[in-house]
Amino acid sequence: MNCDVCKQKTATVFLTQIVDGKMQKVNLCDACSKEKGVTDPKGFALADLLLGLGASEEMERSGVGQKCPMCGFSQADFKKTGRFGCSNCYEVFSEGLEAMLKGMHKGTTHTGKVPQRLLKARQHAEELKRLQRELRKAVDDEKYETAAELRDRIKHFEPGNTGAT
Amino acid sequence: MALHNILAESGEWLSGDGPQSHIVISSRVRLARNLRNFSFPGWAKKADRIAVLECVKPQVESLPEMADAYSAYSQDLSALEKQVLVERHLVSREHAAKGIGSAVVMNRKQTLSIMINEEDHLRIQGIRSGLQLKNVFKLVDKVDTALGEKLDFAFHQQYGFLTACPTNVGTGMRASAMMHLPGLVLSEQINQVIQAVNKVGLAVRGLYGEGTEALGNLFQISNQITLGEKEDEILTRLNKVIEQILQHEQNSRVSLLEKKAVLLLDNIGRAYGILRHAHSMASKEALNLLSCIKLGTDLGFFPEDGRLLVDQLFMETQPAHLQKSSQQKLQAEERDTLRAEIIRAKLAKFPKPDGKKAIERGREERKEKEEKDGRTE
Repeated sequence: MNCDVCKQKTATVFLTQIVDGKMQKVNLCDACSKEKGVTDPKGFALADLLLGLGASEEMERSGVGQKCPMCGFSQADFKKTGRFGCSNCYEVFSEGLEAMLKGMHKGTTHTGKVPQRLLKARQHAEELKRLQRELRKAVDDEKYETAAELRDRIKHFEPGNTGAT
Repeated sequence: MALHNILAESGEWLSGDGPQSHIVISSRVRLARNLRNFSFPGWAKKADRIAVLECVKPQVESLPEMADAYSAYSQDLSALEKQVLVERHLVSREHAAKGIGSAVVMNRKQTLSIMINEEDHLRIQGIRSGLQLKNVFKLVDKVDTALGEKLDFAFHQQYGFLTACPTNVGTGMRASAMMHLPGLVLSEQINQVIQAVNKVGLAVRGLYGEGTEALGNLFQISNQITLGEKEDEILTRLNKVIEQILQHEQNSRVSLLEKKAVLLLDNIGRAYGILRHAHSMASKEALNLLSCIKLGTDLGFFPEDGRLLVDQLFMETQPAHLQKSSQQKLQAEERDTLRAEIIRAKLAKFPKPDGKKAIERGREERKEKEEKDGRTE
C-alpha cells in the first residue's frame, strides 16, 4: 500500500480516527509521517492532513460538469487552483463545500463580524417582524387604537421608507 | 506623496518600541474582502479587474487613515521598488508579481497598507512593532467598517466574508507575529515548539510567509482557522500561544547562559568577527549572523545603544534595500561585496562582545534561586 501523501513510498504508518462519528483512515510512509508531525497520534488532528488530500474529492461530489452561471467557473478549475471564481461559486458548489470547510475550520458557520449594512438590514427585518406580531395580537385582543398606531409604524418600514422608525 | 519619501523613512514597526519588541519583532493582521457580483482577481478578466480597481481605489484613498498616503498602480512600480515593499512586509510576494489591474495604498507611517486585487479584491493589512495584535486589529477593523459602508462586500449568512480561497472564508482574518527565537534554536527546542504550535491549529512559517525558510531565527506564528471562531477569540488564542513561546524563549536564554555559556560566547563572538571582517556576504549569512548580534544585545553582551543599528542592518542588507540604496541593479556577487562593506562600516565602532557580566549575573541569579529553593524545602 502506498503513502496517501507522496503516493510513492510504501506506507508504514496507519492512522484511523473517528471525527464526528465518521471513520477516517490515512496511510503514510515514514518520511511523510515525520514531516506531518505524526509522532503522537493522540494529539494529531487527522483533519489537517485530510484537508490537502480530500479537498478536491469533496468538491467532486457536488456534480461534475457544473458551472457557476455568474463567472463560468467549473469543478475542474477548483481542482486546479484551489480557489473559487467569484462569491457566487460558494452557492453553486455548496454541496461538497460543507465537508471541505469542516476539515479546514472550526465548524462551518461564521460567528464573527457582520458588515454594518447587513446588520442594519437584519435589525430592520427583525423590528418589522416584531411590529407585525404585535399588530396581530392587538387585532386579536380587539385593541384597535393600538393596532392603528402599529399599522402606521409598519407603513414606515415598507420599501421606500427604509431606515425611518 | 512619492514612494522614495516613504521609503526614506523606516516603518514604525522597524523602530522596535512596541511591547516585548526585543523578541516579538512585529504584529500583523490582514483582512480579506471581496465585492459582490465580481469575479475574484485570479479568475476575473482584465477589464473586470480594472473595473474593481477603479471602484475600490478612490474609496481607499479617501479614508481618513490614508490622508498622507502613497498610492500606486502595480504597473507603475519597478520590480526593485516592489521588492523593497515586500522586504518591508507592506505587500505580499504574490502582489508584487501583479501588473495592470492591481494597486497598493499605504500610509506614511507604514502601519497600514491596502492591496487591491491581490488574491482577493482587498487585502487590508496593519503592522506594528512588538506584541500588540489587538491594537493592530482595531485599526484594520475600523478601516474595514468604513469601507464596508461604501462598498458592497460579499458576505454570506452562513459562511461570513467570502474569499477566493476557502481557507480564508469567514472572518477573512490572518493575524501573525514575527518572533526572533535564537534561544530556542540554539538549545534545539525549536522543533518541539513548532510541533506543539501546529497541534493547536496555528501555523509557523519563515520570514516571508508560506513556504519560506526561517532565516535569521525569525519565525511567523499565525492562525489557520478563519471560520467558526470570532475575531476576538482567534486573537486571544494566538496571543496566548505567542506569550508562551516568548516565555520559552526567555527561559531558554537564561538556561543557555547558565549551562552553555561557551556555546553562546562562541556563536556571538564568531558572528561579531565575521561581520566585522568579511568582504563578501550573502543575505542569508548576514541575517543569521545579525541574529546572533541581536541576541548578544538582548543578553547585555553589547551596549543597548547599538540596538537600533543592528535592527536596521537586518533590513538594509536585504537584496532590494541594498540595491535601492546604491541606486543601481547589482549582480549577486556585487551585492555580496556591497553588503559586507556596509556591515563593516556600520559596525566599525561596535565594541567587542563582553559576556562576562551577563554570565556572572546568570550565575548569581541561579545561586539566589537555589538558596531560596533550599530555604523553602
